[in-house]
Amino acid sequence: MSPADQDLGDSFPQYEAPPPGHVSGSRLERVLRAGKFAVTAELNPPDSADPADVLEAARPLGEVADAINATDASGANCHMSSIGISSLLTRAGYGTVYQISCRDRNRIAIQGDVLGAAAMGVRNVLCLTGDGVGVGDQPGAKPVFDFDSLSLLRTIRTMRDEGLFLSGRKITRPPRMFLGAAENPCVPPHEWRPERLAKKVDAGADFIQTNYIFDLPVFERFMARLRDLGVDRRVFLLAGVGPLASAKAARWMRSNVPGIHIPDAVIERMEKAAKPAAEGKRICVELIQQIREIKGVSGIHVMAYRREHQVSEIILESGVLKGRVPQRRRSARPRPAPV
Amino acid sequence: MYRLRLFAVRHSRGFEWLYRRLERLMIGLDPLFARIGHDRVEAPVALIERGVKSLLFDCRMCGQCVLSSTGMSCPMNCPKQLRNGPCGGVRPGGFCEVKPAMRCVWALAWDGATRMEDGARIREVLPPVDHGLKGSSSWLRVSREKAAALREAREAERTALARAFPAAREIEPATAPLAEEPPRAVSQEVRK
Repeated sequence: MSPADQDLGDSFPQYEAPPPGHVSGSRLERVLRAGKFAVTAELNPPDSADPADVLEAARPLGEVADAINATDASGANCHMSSIGISSLLTRAGYGTVYQISCRDRNRIAIQGDVLGAAAMGVRNVLCLTGDGVGVGDQPGAKPVFDFDSLSLLRTIRTMRDEGLFLSGRKITRPPRMFLGAAENPCVPPHEWRPERLAKKVDAGADFIQTNYIFDLPVFERFMARLRDLGVDRRVFLLAGVGPLASAKAARWMRSNVPGIHIPDAVIERMEKAAKPAAEGKRICVELIQQIREIKGVSGIHVMAYRREHQVSEIILESGVLKGRVPQRRRSARPRPAPV
Repeated sequence: MYRLRLFAVRHSRGFEWLYRRLERLMIGLDPLFARIGHDRVEAPVALIERGVKSLLFDCRMCGQCVLSSTGMSCPMNCPKQLRNGPCGGVRPGGFCEVKPAMRCVWALAWDGATRMEDGARIREVLPPVDHGLKGSSSWLRVSREKAAALREAREAERTALARAFPAAREIEPATAPLAEEPPRAVSQEVRK
């Protein structure tokens, strides 16, 4: 018997048409289209080739997140690849957001990877430009940037909706993916950020995950402008949040990680706190509760780098799930989980 | 030159006006270019284009110029060569994530676009760069393209009748011809 004739088993992903009114078979898409407040969380990728390390990192997030983001060498630091992590997570029954950065791969590699990921059961993809190589652990690497995040979005949308590669060659079974993009509302040029987001929606974005929001007034102005443009009705926006560990860590992040804006007031509050970690968590919960009230926000995206153990508590304390249990680990054949 | 580049963005409207004139001239010259041979004019035009645009815009001769859609701020100067807007790493004050001493190319672009008549073009999603066209003249590419579009429009007008009566053309080809008529086949009095 040749390998192709063998039954591939229950843990193997299947090619399925999306439910009516949906572009993908993604659980995250179902939650968002059902009008529920969605939660996604970022996984800290292991520097290891052991799948158990991925599952261990996913466990504290899976309890509360509708999908887990697999980062693609964020900060230009080398870790296990996002396609590898996403594939493992889908096999374990988790919804996953496969992040693609334009920094490291050209259009040939990326379009092939998208098909590969879709075949592995990945249903959400987040299209990112990517941090410059200079901030990472291997600054001598060649920056690729063949696509930018928008041409990448348009490319995957063309693959999905037209069934074509960018070359015009036909794809027999198109990748059914829910398309995501990022936005950073709190960094310059502030007045143009909403316009840029609108452009990403035109390019094909179905959902947006933002960078960290620590500055609520700036974010509220951003959202007001989005509502004026009518963009909030065309896309699902998940606001990015995360717990700070200490005032020192916050300062370090602000000056060393690209695109992070933390107001002085937040750092001061961390400084005055007797237990900084607990205060960081409290700030995060408060932010979630305030962000939830803003019109046009469909969910939150938690980035708790090295504080993954706090994610579950933060989400439960914030009350955004309202008793909903997002992830059901499947035991046998893949089956759409109840929303 | 960085300072000239900033100057170009500050005067984006003037450069927009100037480029439109140039484009019209190039389209007008297209029949001449065609007669000489586009292949033969490529090198000298590209040389002039490179000289002018590298001075003014720090042009990298990508061959697919989009300055009119980017506020006269060349996106090839972005270290990530983004074609559709700034990345999420822009520093306070609008400085570049990768080159902190440089203003973000896209913060400038949006700024320049607000001063331009056709500034709204910055909202269009642009395709990725075709690296095979690097070093070639974008001016010639535009004029060839626009001249071809004009020819196509004229052709559409001329063949409208033939396309409106496809069956007639099929059975009686002389009633609705698609082919070009030689001058002597047409009565000069009627046409005048």
